[in-house]
Amino acid sequence: MIRIAGVLGLLLLMYLGLGLTDENGLSASNLRDVTNRQGFYGVVTLGVAVLIITGAIDLSIGSVVGFSAILFGTMILKGYSPFVATICAMSIGAITGLIYGLLVTKLRLQSFLVTLCGLFIFRGLARWTSDGNIGLSQVMSKAPEAEGQLTLLRRVLIGKTFDGELLFPNEFVVMLALAGLLAVVLHLTIYGRYWYAIGYNERAARFAGIDTDRMRIVGFVLCSTLASFAGVMLFLDYGQATPESAGEFLELYAITGAVLGGCSLKGGEGTVPGMVLGAMVLPLLRNLMVFAEIRDAVMPVVIGMTLMSGAMVDEFLRRVQGRS
Amino acid sequence: MSEKPLIRTTDIVRSFGAVKALRGVSLTLSAGEVLALVGENGAGKSTLMKIVSGAETPDSGTIELDGKPVRFRSAAEAIGAGISLIHQELNLAENLSVAANLFLGSELERDGIFLKRGAQAARAAELLAEVGLPESFASKPVYQLAPGQKQLVEIARALSRNARVLIFDEPTSSLTQTETDRLYRVIAGLKARGAGIIYITHRLAEVEVLADRVTVLRDGANAGDIARADISHESIIERMVGRDLKGIYPRSTRSPGNAVLDVRGLTWVGGPKHAVSLTIRSGEIVGMAGLVGAGRTELSEAVFGIRPLATGTILIDGSAVRIASPAGAMAAGIGLIPEDRKLAGLVLEKSVGFNLSLPSLGRMNTAKIVHFGEEARTGTATKDALRIRTPHLRQPAGALSGGNQQKIVLGKWLQRKPKVLILDEPTRGVDVGARGEIYALIDQLAREGVAIWMISSDLEEVLGMSDRVLVLHEGRLSGELSREQLSERAVMRLATGGANE
Repeated sequence: MIRIAGVLGLLLLMYLGLGLTDENGLSASNLRDVTNRQGFYGVVTLGVAVLIITGAIDLSIGSVVGFSAILFGTMILKGYSPFVATICAMSIGAITGLIYGLLVTKLRLQSFLVTLCGLFIFRGLARWTSDGNIGLSQVMSKAPEAEGQLTLLRRVLIGKTFDGELLFPNEFVVMLALAGLLAVVLHLTIYGRYWYAIGYNERAARFAGIDTDRMRIVGFVLCSTLASFAGVMLFLDYGQATPESAGEFLELYAITGAVLGGCSLKGGEGTVPGMVLGAMVLPLLRNLMVFAEIRDAVMPVVIGMTLMSGAMVDEFLRRVQGRS
Repeated sequence: MSEKPLIRTTDIVRSFGAVKALRGVSLTLSAGEVLALVGENGAGKSTLMKIVSGAETPDSGTIELDGKPVRFRSAAEAIGAGISLIHQELNLAENLSVAANLFLGSELERDGIFLKRGAQAARAAELLAEVGLPESFASKPVYQLAPGQKQLVEIARALSRNARVLIFDEPTSSLTQTETDRLYRVIAGLKARGAGIIYITHRLAEVEVLADRVTVLRDGANAGDIARADISHESIIERMVGRDLKGIYPRSTRSPGNAVLDVRGLTWVGGPKHAVSLTIRSGEIVGMAGLVGAGRTELSEAVFGIRPLATGTILIDGSAVRIASPAGAMAAGIGLIPEDRKLAGLVLEKSVGFNLSLPSLGRMNTAKIVHFGEEARTGTATKDALRIRTPHLRQPAGALSGGNQQKIVLGKWLQRKPKVLILDEPTRGVDVGARGEIYALIDQLAREGVAIWMISSDLEEVLGMSDRVLVLHEGRLSGELSREQLSERAVMRLATGGANE
């Protein structure tokens, strides 16, 4: 609870800062933009947060997002319908998660290592799939019949018209819907219980008759599927994707969001409201810096410092609580 | 003994938040003396020893070393003054060699940076000889050592720092009989050299063997000292619990029914080649004795589906069941209370309620949604029935004492109403009071018709509780003793490989 209040306070401060730095900071158009970003980050954060709760990690999210975006674009270019391309990209995500999960549970490899390999493999696959940028205009010229479905997907998932005007931050809505589902699973079903138990003490969970391998595999599948879905969203949102850089570093932002939201990298801790709030921090921070006219190059420094202060405050709170 | 005690603590007080761990404890230790420090869990033994060894500072009270007041601000200072604590969980760097561990933090060096390997090896050999380990161990990595050998390395490390006071915290809890005997000899040697030993233990038989004097703590205060001549089970227990504890082992009259668990020709992957067969009847308490490493835990884990079976069948109520996972074992009606509750029994960070319901959640509601009402009801019922001392079900399990933690593990399984309950070391690290309650509970379960398989290294417990005892020696059943044949000698003979008389 303290944790959630803390992130909430931080967010409020940043919104306040946004309003104070620039008169357009809290304008509807800027808030729409930021909120949509927050939704996008939230989708990948939810996935990795579940994995972190089970005591694992996924370093390949950014590459999976990138590959998925490129695959989505390429498939449409080749004449597949956008719906089919979406399902195909997400299926590959699910299979990726399944493979990670099997490697981690059956071969006892460390998730850090397995997904580090995935980071390289999927970035390579993205570049292999397409030699260069794929954009909507290119897609339209080669596969004009896809326009109808693309417009629909863009309208529903992103909230943008086909011409790129942002009407409503639908990415945030999509994320909230996913968060709602996840909250039910994590906080109300026995599977959520099992995930927490596994994160703290897998052995005890196994001795309690829980199929811990299966539960952990489901975590990997969930995370990678959400990452591939985010890839589709990325292409729809930007209207283009670059094989070399699409989704780059996203895994680190997602992990940062999850940790800010109260997930412990040791496993077993974290709540859905916390994850959502945690995921909202970085896009807002980025926006705040743009308005404060801080150079983009300084951005990583600020992100690093934010996470570090967050970790320090968290540890401090823990100790205070532990003492009382 | 010299007139000036080696160590004297006077009126040590220490609080953690609202909890008064120590409320004015005094003890003295003379050179060449073994002082046993006993008391129930939570009586303050460990806190007191942390203070003496510099890991904690007292709120008030004094510590005198050789008659001079001292105040340690860190464990390093205490070690410098000659006080070493041999930890229960050994603090060795597993990947480094024995010699490297012996000198860790106080390496023999030249010019500040270079190790004097030769000198270290020579000194290591001396130290190892003193604790009865072969010289060749110096270059072995620590992870290759058995628990008992690691313990001796810890002692050698203390000796390398010229320790005059050695504090042992439950040193024999994971040792075999041979290792324990060797430890006793080393302690006798230390004593002869004039070192003072403080020995914390739950095993009263040990106290009788080792101690020159006993200091008993109860609820963070002194509950009396017992001189060598007066040391006995009764005198110690009486002071520990403040009452006379007769008949800690309940023995109700029960008549065992049909065979519930029938294990035939069982071997497991990676286990010994000899097949094991055993039968446990409804309402029967079968003890399983054997030395550490005899394969008792492994056998029970194989039956519970944790270790994959190589051969053999398991029958429950006369019909064969296929068990490939703990979930399968539970479905067949088997429950297992694991040997190490912290490692396998509990999610320590999670609440009492969370732990109690973990194995039964799936049964409370077929829709796989947590049935919070049912969970709270059964949780409270179990908590009351087992008298788990916790302010509420939301308390983290790790915050409770060992005895209460063990009751939670028991409670978890009682909710599943198993036909066969395997208890692996049911009272390890559990204080005497809670121990009695756990025994009563086991007895009650047997009366209700549960088949009880109790694995224990505590011979008294095995003798006190069992209707029948199976003894395992190096992975094979070396014998079976009926209630009438039971004696400490008979069990030990079988456990060490001798034949049944």
